[in-house]
Amino acid sequence: MNDKEMIHLTADELSFANVDERITDKKFDDKPIGYLKDAWLRFRRNRSSVVAACIILAIFLFAFLTPLINFRYDSRFLDSYYAKKGPRNLALSNVGIADGTTDRDFSERGLLRAVAIGVGAENWDGTPVTIAEGMESYYQPVRKVADPALKEDPKSGQMKELYSGKIDTYLEVGFIYRSVEQEEYRRILAWQEETGIRVLYPLIENNVYNEDPTDANFWYKSYSKDPVHVNADGSVQKLRYKGSTVLEDNYKRDADGNVVYYEYTGGGTFETAQFKIRVLYYNYYRYLNGFEPEYIFGTDSQGYDLALRMADGVRLSLLVAICVSVINLTIGVVYGAVAGYYGGATDLILERITDILAGVPFIVVATLFQIHLAAKVGAIPSLLFAFVLTGWIGTSSRVRTQFYRFKNQEYVMAARTLGARDPRIIFKHIFPNSLGTIITSSVLVIPSVIFSESMLSFLGIVKLGGADTTSLGTLLSDASSIWTNYPHLMIFPAIIISLLMISFNLFGNGLRDAFNPSLRGVEE
Amino acid sequence: MGKYVVKRVLLLFFTLFVIMTICFMLIRVLPRELPLEKNLQAVIQQRWEALGYNKPLLVQYAIYLKNIVTAWDFGTSWYIDFRTPAWDVLTGRLLPTVLVNLYSLVFSIPLGLGLGIYAAVKKNKWQDSVISTMIMVFVSVPSYVYAFLVQYFLYFKWGLLPLAVLSLADAGGSWFTWKMFRSMIPAVLALSFSEIAGLCRFTRAELTETLTSDYMLLARAKGLTRAQATTRHAFKTAMVPILPMLISSFIGILGGSMIIEQIFSIPGVGQLYIKSINLFDYDVFMMDCIFYTFVSLLAGIVVDISYGFIDPRIRMGEK
Repeated sequence: MNDKEMIHLTADELSFANVDERITDKKFDDKPIGYLKDAWLRFRRNRSSVVAACIILAIFLFAFLTPLINFRYDSRFLDSYYAKKGPRNLALSNVGIADGTTDRDFSERGLLRAVAIGVGAENWDGTPVTIAEGMESYYQPVRKVADPALKEDPKSGQMKELYSGKIDTYLEVGFIYRSVEQEEYRRILAWQEETGIRVLYPLIENNVYNEDPTDANFWYKSYSKDPVHVNADGSVQKLRYKGSTVLEDNYKRDADGNVVYYEYTGGGTFETAQFKIRVLYYNYYRYLNGFEPEYIFGTDSQGYDLALRMADGVRLSLLVAICVSVINLTIGVVYGAVAGYYGGATDLILERITDILAGVPFIVVATLFQIHLAAKVGAIPSLLFAFVLTGWIGTSSRVRTQFYRFKNQEYVMAARTLGARDPRIIFKHIFPNSLGTIITSSVLVIPSVIFSESMLSFLGIVKLGGADTTSLGTLLSDASSIWTNYPHLMIFPAIIISLLMISFNLFGNGLRDAFNPSLRGVEE
Repeated sequence: MGKYVVKRVLLLFFTLFVIMTICFMLIRVLPRELPLEKNLQAVIQQRWEALGYNKPLLVQYAIYLKNIVTAWDFGTSWYIDFRTPAWDVLTGRLLPTVLVNLYSLVFSIPLGLGLGIYAAVKKNKWQDSVISTMIMVFVSVPSYVYAFLVQYFLYFKWGLLPLAVLSLADAGGSWFTWKMFRSMIPAVLALSFSEIAGLCRFTRAELTETLTSDYMLLARAKGLTRAQATTRHAFKTAMVPILPMLISSFIGILGGSMIIEQIFSIPGVGQLYIKSINLFDYDVFMMDCIFYTFVSLLAGIVVDISYGFIDPRIRMGEK
């Protein structure tokens, strides 16, 4: 149909439509959209904020679920032999991550020393084992060795023949000496029998071929720090790193030539007598705990599970931040409402008080509170006090501005004319109008509290490094002097605190845009 | 304006006095620790007796105030620098703090302003979204994380720069040698990331607001090009809130950053603060508290006053 035909319409071609129907205003099909719903709709459209909210949720889940998922032990589980170890998870190690290994350049001497742990784990009865056989052992810490190459030695700075390889830091602990009672010794034997996992290893003879009698890893004969072969005439011959090399054991033997597994060291009665034994720590750990060492994020500088410590730290941070946010909100709203609503002399006095409080640097407040109160009420409550003392000022001044804006509007006047009292006008009529600002500011308080808390614990002003509590700042400050050797100590806490800060800031900004669309894109 | 400035300055001193009083009371009631050595113990005890440390608190405060007014004496350091006036201890450590922060500002102001302006001009294009995302990340990540990253890459991985700031003796006895400057670079970088991001965010926000205002449309309608309108009209207005912020950052360099000083072992005011708490050197601690309070109050008042000077539309306190 084209335009020309349209023009030549005659009256009889037209007829009335909807003659039989009543035409009225349509009812709304959907519900009206209120303030909060409107904000929610706008918030949902802001993709980065939604992502941030998801990350926050994930961190919450991490903080609260990790201790529940890990049913083997709680965050107080401590193993000082496995301190500062990297991430290790048996399932994940099959795909090459979190296998608890670290790259290292070995000198020949160092390589032999490390390899000897695996060889020694196989050589438990004194029968000779070659290095090639020892390399196949489950307990061999050295995972990969390249051919030697000339490299600069990091310690001396000289060029040296170095073997670059990979070493499992958990197995590297190797053997240790333990002092146990008869009863315990029997239990280990029974466990060994039952599971077929070898814990006890022969003791070492204390002679000239034993390099360090306190270190249980020198089970082989060595002389001036090198493993040696001892000839019949007593002369020694240095052993080289080769697949066919057999490290000569230096085990303690009884009169019949059998290796000795325990030695009486002292104690009077049958029950209290102490026996010195030599154990492969990896299996001793399994005997003690019933599982192999697995730490998804590794262990911290003292030997706690880093994942659990981090969950503890995040929980503490979130707890403190949310408490502070709620308390500040309450005080700030009441204070700001009173100052803004009444104005005049009240406002002037209250403003002077805030001026003085706002002038005190936060770090000074936090320090003084810690020194004075930490011993009496604990470190965390005094930290809370410090945050609350000056923290509410921001909220209160925002609320005050809002009240100045709304208090002379017509609907407030109408309410007053109808006989509403001040509290009713403040909380029922004016307060809901400033809700958006308040919610936004109380969310944006959270990242700043998390940052301040981690900073204070990092600096050691707040001391939270106990067995029960820790904070991300404490973890980082423990790591700060040693992290170049153990990067995981720093990386994981740093990542999680950065994620927390970024996502809370994004979330807060999203909320602000949602509650106040006119402020979109304008950042304070 | 003059009246307003005088009023603000008087208020500053009043606030400072109140805070100082509270701090003094809280610090003086703390138990003091004596060194273990017998002779030194006796000497210090006698000196404390002579200085009136055992008198009632209010009397002590009167003595303290009198000493400040008459002799500019803020007490004595007993542990950090034995029997050096607290004022000298503090001022002796001001230079490293100021230097590191000054370098950082010199580095970050042009970058922050430039990136902010660029983002505002390219608003809603990909350049803007890249910069905005970076801003969000850099503003949020805590400064010690940067410090670790800088140390990791510049020292551990590439071996370009030293791990921490050199001591005065190692750098040739002056804070201004090239060697000293080089060792300060990691600290300066670690400080600059968040400084740049903060400044960039602020500039971008202010400039976008002015760029969308009506007089910009008028300027374009008069026939100015976009560049002309931006440089002649938008910049001037946008600078009104930006300049006071820059001024306050310049005052803020006195305070420095405790964390950065701790990580890079800069012998500055922040490190002194931590040290004075750990060693119970309360006179120095008190001095540091006053100093920090003064700096933060000063920054506030200078910002408020500079608003008035920069923008004739704003004359705060004049009704």
